[in-house]
Amino acid sequence: MSNIDRRNFLKMSAGLAAGAATGDALAASHKGAAPMARLKPEKGAKLRMLRWKRFVAGDEELWMANTKKFTEKTGIEVRVDSENWEDVRPKAAVAANIGSGPDIIISTYEDAHQYPDKLVDVTDVANYLGAKYGGWYDASVAYGTAHGKGKKWIALPMGCAGNAMVYRESMVKAAGFSSFPKDTDGFLKLMQALHAKGTPGGFALGNATGDGNVWCHWLLWSHGGKMVDEKNNVVINSPETIKALEYARALYQTFIPGTLSWLDPNNNKAFLDSQISVTCNGISVYYAAKNATDPKVKALADDIQHANMPIGPIGRPTELNLVFPMMIFKYSKYPNAAKEYLRFMMEKEQYIPWQTAANGYVTQPLAAYESNPMWTDDPKNTPYRDAMKIMIPNGYAGEMGYASAACMADFIVVNMVAEAASGSKSPKEAAERAEKRAQRYYKV
Amino acid sequence: MHRLLENRNFLGFAFMLPAGVLLLLFLTYPLGLGTWLGFTDAKVGRSGEWIGLDNYIYLWGDAVARLSVFNTFFYTVVASVIKFALGLWLAILLNQNIPIKSFVRAAVLLPFIVPTALSAIAFWWIYDAQFSIISWTLVKLGWIDTYIDFLGQPWAARLSTIAANIWRGVPFVAICLLAGLQTISPSLYEAASIDGATPSQQFWYVTLPLLTPIIAVVMTFSVLFTFTDFQLIYVLTRGGPLNATHLMATLSFQRAISGGGLGEGAALATAMIPFLLAAILFSYFGLQRRAWQQGGGDK
Repeated sequence: MSNIDRRNFLKMSAGLAAGAATGDALAASHKGAAPMARLKPEKGAKLRMLRWKRFVAGDEELWMANTKKFTEKTGIEVRVDSENWEDVRPKAAVAANIGSGPDIIISTYEDAHQYPDKLVDVTDVANYLGAKYGGWYDASVAYGTAHGKGKKWIALPMGCAGNAMVYRESMVKAAGFSSFPKDTDGFLKLMQALHAKGTPGGFALGNATGDGNVWCHWLLWSHGGKMVDEKNNVVINSPETIKALEYARALYQTFIPGTLSWLDPNNNKAFLDSQISVTCNGISVYYAAKNATDPKVKALADDIQHANMPIGPIGRPTELNLVFPMMIFKYSKYPNAAKEYLRFMMEKEQYIPWQTAANGYVTQPLAAYESNPMWTDDPKNTPYRDAMKIMIPNGYAGEMGYASAACMADFIVVNMVAEAASGSKSPKEAAERAEKRAQRYYKV
Repeated sequence: MHRLLENRNFLGFAFMLPAGVLLLLFLTYPLGLGTWLGFTDAKVGRSGEWIGLDNYIYLWGDAVARLSVFNTFFYTVVASVIKFALGLWLAILLNQNIPIKSFVRAAVLLPFIVPTALSAIAFWWIYDAQFSIISWTLVKLGWIDTYIDFLGQPWAARLSTIAANIWRGVPFVAICLLAGLQTISPSLYEAASIDGATPSQQFWYVTLPLLTPIIAVVMTFSVLFTFTDFQLIYVLTRGGPLNATHLMATLSFQRAISGGGLGEGAALATAMIPFLLAAILFSYFGLQRRAWQQGGGDK
């Protein structure tokens, strides 16, 4: 979509949104949409929001443009602050703890489940949006509602940063594969072939909060291993986990050297420098290549391909993706204004142009937005479309909460995989160590 | 009122009050709160209950926490010793009459002036598994075939982070010791050479004893800075690989803030205090002994 098109689109959608504000015309025109009593924003309301700093420029541009639209329409000022995504979590925690801070925080993963009683009930907005836009995905319900039970909404998921295999088509072809393998066995063979060709892949095994956790959880879950069972009993030390770790050991032999030290940016850098052929990442690598000023990097974009994470022995997708819950805090003096703002931002007229501008960096939490043409206009975007639909939530198979968050923050799964993969511990020892560490958190 | 204002004791107290309040507010209160939190199971978002020594007992049995204690000691001891040796050597060199002396002295301070986070990022590139300038140079020179895995192997990572810390810390030690060297009166050296003392004797019996008070202060600070280092590790490795570079400070942050376990993180941070106190006491009661400063031994 060219720039001019986008502007026109914005104008058009602004008109539509204005129409929606005067009555419930738009909502009513959608089949099955639950009418929502329009919330009256508090008089003189002013909002402060904290969000993670954009990974792709289009995200921020359109988010701010949409916010401006909201202010023009309602007269409610919204100040948007953004911080490095890893810093938002502690800040949100502190805000919850001391009872003061931004009215809205867009954080990550299961934050809403760590302090549910500090958050404003957003059930009305969630039900309205769900009814209007084809329903929330299962993962959205899991992250958004108290105990994942689907009744009381404590946060509105903005969507998730989807992860997929990012690979160089030419290198995979040269290794003798016409397409990217769909299962873990095929994937291992591909990695071995790539290694033999001198074009290895690489996955972060350092304490990389994003990339490390994402691919290590996929690996564990793909083989049927999991941290806890449905009753939150720690069951990480299982034959399935051992299988996953043995697989990790075999996979690691094919990696480019140095992955044990990799933090979040390393795989992006190595990939864009053509040092690796495969990694697991968000769509941001492709976005960076497409928009690069360096012609060499720009040329990469044609060769970059994406595939969903391979399916393991358990026979279904097991991706973990970075979910962004939007939370309104009870200390906010303007909860209704905040709800209105979030509703406005999630409406199609704002969400679709924003998602498009971000090139799908954020995958939608609502089924209707699957039809955003950007997912299919460029087939390379398509694997990211289903990120939230097929993902497995944090803390699987138990409940999300303090323990699941702490286990991930402590890199228990990443360390376990790294120990077994590098051979510094046997799979059995690594699983035992992880079990011991996790038990502490799940004891509470 | 008038009499009160004439009273020296009261005036002294009154003038110290603002400073005292500041100290109480910004130093004692956080320290006390941290210590208290260490005895609770406080989580982010909910206040904790008193659980006594539970956090400490758990940390004692936790392999990662123990590893972080070892790492912290290894990091502190090795880095401090080398920083002292290099710093003293540099100070003595700078104390000689060298051309463009003030420029060199200013330049030496540079690593100390650069914000830690910035220099850590520079080191991150230097140590990068794929883009390391050192590896690149050595490979181009044909000395090695594969890139050095600076941060990917536990011991290599420990030594690499220590090297970065030394680079940052040497100027502080060197400049402080240089200041100390300049307070030593030249007449002492003249007297020593008249007595026929060799340069090495001059160093051992004049320079070093007179420098010990400064050394004590400088090394106390240096040890404290190293022991509580955070930024360098956080940027370079996040405590990886396999937690081989996790210091108590970084692990405490990881557990308390990222992981939400305020109590446990606070306990780990509090556990650093006795070691720090020991370091301070050692320097004050050990290095500042008059007997040592006068070139004698313990009686």
